[in-house]
Amino acid sequence: MFISHKEILETVSMLQKQSLDIRTITIGINLLDCIDDNPSKLKQKIYKKITAKAKNLTAVAEEIQSKYGVPIINKRVSVTPIAALVNAGSFTDITPLAVMLDKAAADIGIDFLGGFSALVHKGFTKGDRLLLSSIPKALSSTERVCASIGVATTKAGINMDAVKLLGDIIKDTAAATADRDGVGCAKLVVFCNIPEDNPFMAGAYHGFGEGETVINVGISGPGVIRSAIAGNKSAGLSELAEIIKKTAFKITRVGELVAQEAAQRLGVSKGIVDLSLAPTPTIGDSVAEILEEMGLEKCGTHGTTAALALLNDAVKKGGAFAASATGGLSGAFIPVSEDSAMAEAAADGVLSLSKLEAMTAVCSVGLDMIALPGDISSENISAIIADEMAIGIINNKTTAARLIPVPGKTVGQRADFGGLLGNTPIIATSKYSAAEFINRGGRIPAPLRSLTN
Amino acid sequence: MKAILTVLGKDKVGIVAKISSVLADNSCNIEDISQTIMDEIFSMIMLVTIDEEQINFNTLKTLLSQTGDKIGVQISLQQENLFNFMHRI
Repeated sequence: MFISHKEILETVSMLQKQSLDIRTITIGINLLDCIDDNPSKLKQKIYKKITAKAKNLTAVAEEIQSKYGVPIINKRVSVTPIAALVNAGSFTDITPLAVMLDKAAADIGIDFLGGFSALVHKGFTKGDRLLLSSIPKALSSTERVCASIGVATTKAGINMDAVKLLGDIIKDTAAATADRDGVGCAKLVVFCNIPEDNPFMAGAYHGFGEGETVINVGISGPGVIRSAIAGNKSAGLSELAEIIKKTAFKITRVGELVAQEAAQRLGVSKGIVDLSLAPTPTIGDSVAEILEEMGLEKCGTHGTTAALALLNDAVKKGGAFAASATGGLSGAFIPVSEDSAMAEAAADGVLSLSKLEAMTAVCSVGLDMIALPGDISSENISAIIADEMAIGIINNKTTAARLIPVPGKTVGQRADFGGLLGNTPIIATSKYSAAEFINRGGRIPAPLRSLTN
Repeated sequence: MKAILTVLGKDKVGIVAKISSVLADNSCNIEDISQTIMDEIFSMIMLVTIDEEQINFNTLKTLLSQTGDKIGVQISLQQENLFNFMHRI
């Protein structure tokens, strides 16, 4: 046999015991041709286009899953930033547009649709302001719509007016979904250097540099990496990096195969494979457990940033060789509520907000799915976002913040967002205010790209 | 279409015979076969060619899965390309 018995059993074991899966097949759809200054016509055109382009997505994903025996967990859609579609016309509130996007997503059988988005890293258009002001109502009256806002880039700096505004928007969105621990905020991500081809939610949107329709695939497999490390207890760190690289290669090849096949079957361009380790609340499907398997007693202790840096880099090196085009967020995710071992480390107090911030400097993506005390001020939320954006602009990387101030709850209590979004302790924040700094507004200028000390 | 059939479970009499007969009844040719027993776990791998004009891939999968349930082993059927992609550059 061309493939050895051992290799075949390795693959079967990855799939059956180590939770290897394709986390998402996401079809990106350009909606610029739907622009219309009549709101109801715009809605109709968008609905028609999304449901036409993505109507076979679920069926095709299921066929591929059956053919290869590889679970494909999520089927999703990303669209052109909606803010760009509502500059013309007489819109006052675009919540009805979000409700229609929600319906389109439900009708084609997908769990999330991303692109209720705006790129405001240098300033606001009329459409951007409309979208931003609609977020609390839009996210509280829909289930599947995800919003992302680009507020900073290395070339533009940070739009601190937008950061300030988002502190209020996040508080309002949490209040509007207070009966579910503020889960509306789990569908809102604030980005620095936002990628145009990210297949993962809640940050996916179809960028302006993309083609008409495109298939992007997000891989997963923290459990596979952890098992590979567990089988090499005495390996030095150089050897460990090699083991992770080789394992990441194999995982990513599955993503490449699925991306090729999905694009061909759907008759659209193949975009990128996102080389991310995306954890779920399932035990054994955790990035924190990988770090602990590497030799840390608990994720968050001293050495966590170093271990994560090694992991993230090795995953990228192995994955980049395995896929013909890579992109998106590509790296290890550290969403606290979605990773049960990470949530446990946060409950234990060893994984603090400060440590998480340090970790985001070396991994993908940012402060993700972090439950904050409900009484945190909007200025301090903005300040946490500003810190995260600063790491992004200076280090020329994508960073993001998905923060959830949980109404009525505080440190010592837990928030439950349900399903894949998980259950997590409320994390302590500083008692001191950043209000005066945030209320200055304006922009933090683009950083110098030399004298890199 | 070429596919890899994997059988995992406790060793017992007749596993190969029962699976082979399902394959033969549905015009599938066994091109290669290997088996080992590790820690009392029986594992068998077959490379099979499926004539899709005779049997649909998903139907065969279901038949094999039902056979596996009857004899108490786990049977997977996956297209061969997956393994080539993962293990060969």
